[in-house]
Amino acid sequence: MTTSAAIGRASPQVAPSQHDDRFSLQRVVGVAALVAGAVLFLFPFYYMIVGSLQRAPDTGISGAFPNPGNLTLANFTDINAQVDLVRTLMNSGIFTGGVLLATFFIGLLAGYALAQLEFRGRSVVFNAMMLILVLPFQLFMIPLYVLIVRSYGLADSYLGMILPFAVNATAVFIFRQFFLQLPRDLFDSARIDGASELLVLRRIAIPLARPAIVTAMIVTFIGPWNEFLWPFLITKQHDLQPLAVALANYISTVAARATNPFGSILAGAVVLVIPAVIVFVIFQREFIESNLGSAVKG
Amino acid sequence: MTIAATGRPSGHRDRMRSLFGRDPIGYAFIAPYVLFLGGLFAYPLLVALYISFFDYFFAAPGAQVDRPFVGLSNYTAVLSDSVFQRSMLNVAEFIVINVPLTVLLSLVLAAALNAKLPFRAFFRVAYYIPYVTASVAVIGVWLWLFSRDGLINGVLGPLAPSPSWLVSDVLAMPIIALVVTWKQLGFYVILYLAALQNIPRELYEAAEVDGAGVVRKFMSITIPGVSSVTTLVVILATIVGANLFTEPYLLTGGGGPNGASMSPVLLMYQQGIEQGHAGYAAAIGVVLAIIVMTISAINRFVLEKD
Repeated sequence: MTTSAAIGRASPQVAPSQHDDRFSLQRVVGVAALVAGAVLFLFPFYYMIVGSLQRAPDTGISGAFPNPGNLTLANFTDINAQVDLVRTLMNSGIFTGGVLLATFFIGLLAGYALAQLEFRGRSVVFNAMMLILVLPFQLFMIPLYVLIVRSYGLADSYLGMILPFAVNATAVFIFRQFFLQLPRDLFDSARIDGASELLVLRRIAIPLARPAIVTAMIVTFIGPWNEFLWPFLITKQHDLQPLAVALANYISTVAARATNPFGSILAGAVVLVIPAVIVFVIFQREFIESNLGSAVKG
Repeated sequence: MTIAATGRPSGHRDRMRSLFGRDPIGYAFIAPYVLFLGGLFAYPLLVALYISFFDYFFAAPGAQVDRPFVGLSNYTAVLSDSVFQRSMLNVAEFIVINVPLTVLLSLVLAAALNAKLPFRAFFRVAYYIPYVTASVAVIGVWLWLFSRDGLINGVLGPLAPSPSWLVSDVLAMPIIALVVTWKQLGFYVILYLAALQNIPRELYEAAEVDGAGVVRKFMSITIPGVSSVTTLVVILATIVGANLFTEPYLLTGGGGPNGASMSPVLLMYQQGIEQGHAGYAAAIGVVLAIIVMTISAINRFVLEKD
């Protein structure tokens, strides 16, 4: 992936491939494809909101439009009676928050060391990290279950949920890439003044790295907030389940018996989607650029 | 541990330096991460291999059970299990639908998005939203859309398939492949967009001078220009396919109908965790990981050859 990055230096800015007529056929086709794509991408979310507000489920074509006579918030109270939304959202928050904290402290130290400090064995650690990015999670599902649930007795605990996700490898990679760009001289002057390495990190490196930290934290946030399989495996107690797990259990077991099952499923889905979408819309620039950076210039 | 402040004779420092490198403090900084890698990746990897060679099953806590070494018999059992074979065929079907569709659509959308147009930021966000939302949440709405009396069948009227989408053994897996394509596409659009922005504009201008049309420019400049991203997209989409769990578990009610949408990870869950045959499930994991890594290596080799 280095070739495209090298070429990129020739013209780093957006290079629109069409610069002819404003209304050329090519342009019209392009815009039409984009609009059709956007409708296809956003319609399910629109339909999710409409469906969550329907009193009686309307699966016909008319059901795709909000009908003032059929609107209600009852689905939200229904799902809240089955799945304690406040409690499960809090569990999602603790799980996600724990991962963010661990990634911030452990990942930042690791990224800085991998980029700026020279010690024997550094490349071994770096290669191990890169390997994790490509090893599929299925390989770890059974042994992690054996270790965390059976050997360490961490079933139904926040720690058990957090541990396998604790340090996001992509975030460490983003930190390392950022610190690599900083010249060593920047830190050396502080070191000559007798500052400890931790002070150098805190006073010089972290303030400079703020954009990289924001990006890494957003990339990390999405993982545990949306994660289903792992917390599903290790939480049997309802009051410890994150919302994604509780909603999935509701879909697979309880929903069939509810009066408006889709209404309450969709109400739960709306509650699960909103925090992630808000975070994404606020930080979308950092989020999208992180993927640009880590994938193409990697 | 500051380097500049140590007043030791330089001979000692040189020896330390050649032994540990210039900044031994690096060990302290990296230690928590190394502990994490060792405890939650390296050690579990060894445990997975170990378990897969034993008749390892879960017993009540505290019970003394015999877990004999069984050699390769978990592996032979997995490979000859018709449910496992079916799940691998399902993944193959998933990949055949998902990967070409993903590459085609994300490249076309990225190319369209790379032009100067109004509301570019809006389109970027629109494509990305499915990627940042939880599978469980979007499965809720797709369940509704594809249900027997759902909107899609309502629009199709007499053309609606019978048995309906999610309970048809022919259609269940393609629907999963399409839903996952929809969910992941935005991520790949952004990857392609970055690669497209790195193709020098002069190449297109030179081609226009030579009289190349839109299609010719796309085939001769755009596609070769993004080939490294295509490799990445194919590998990532293959890994997503091999990791399939949430969609067959929820969308088609546990790999149904009759195992038509069973995935290897769902089988690992059923065998390993629901039924307690951890040795068998660990063997599935190892087989799957070997296949995925082999496919990734082949993709890399074939797609990056030129």
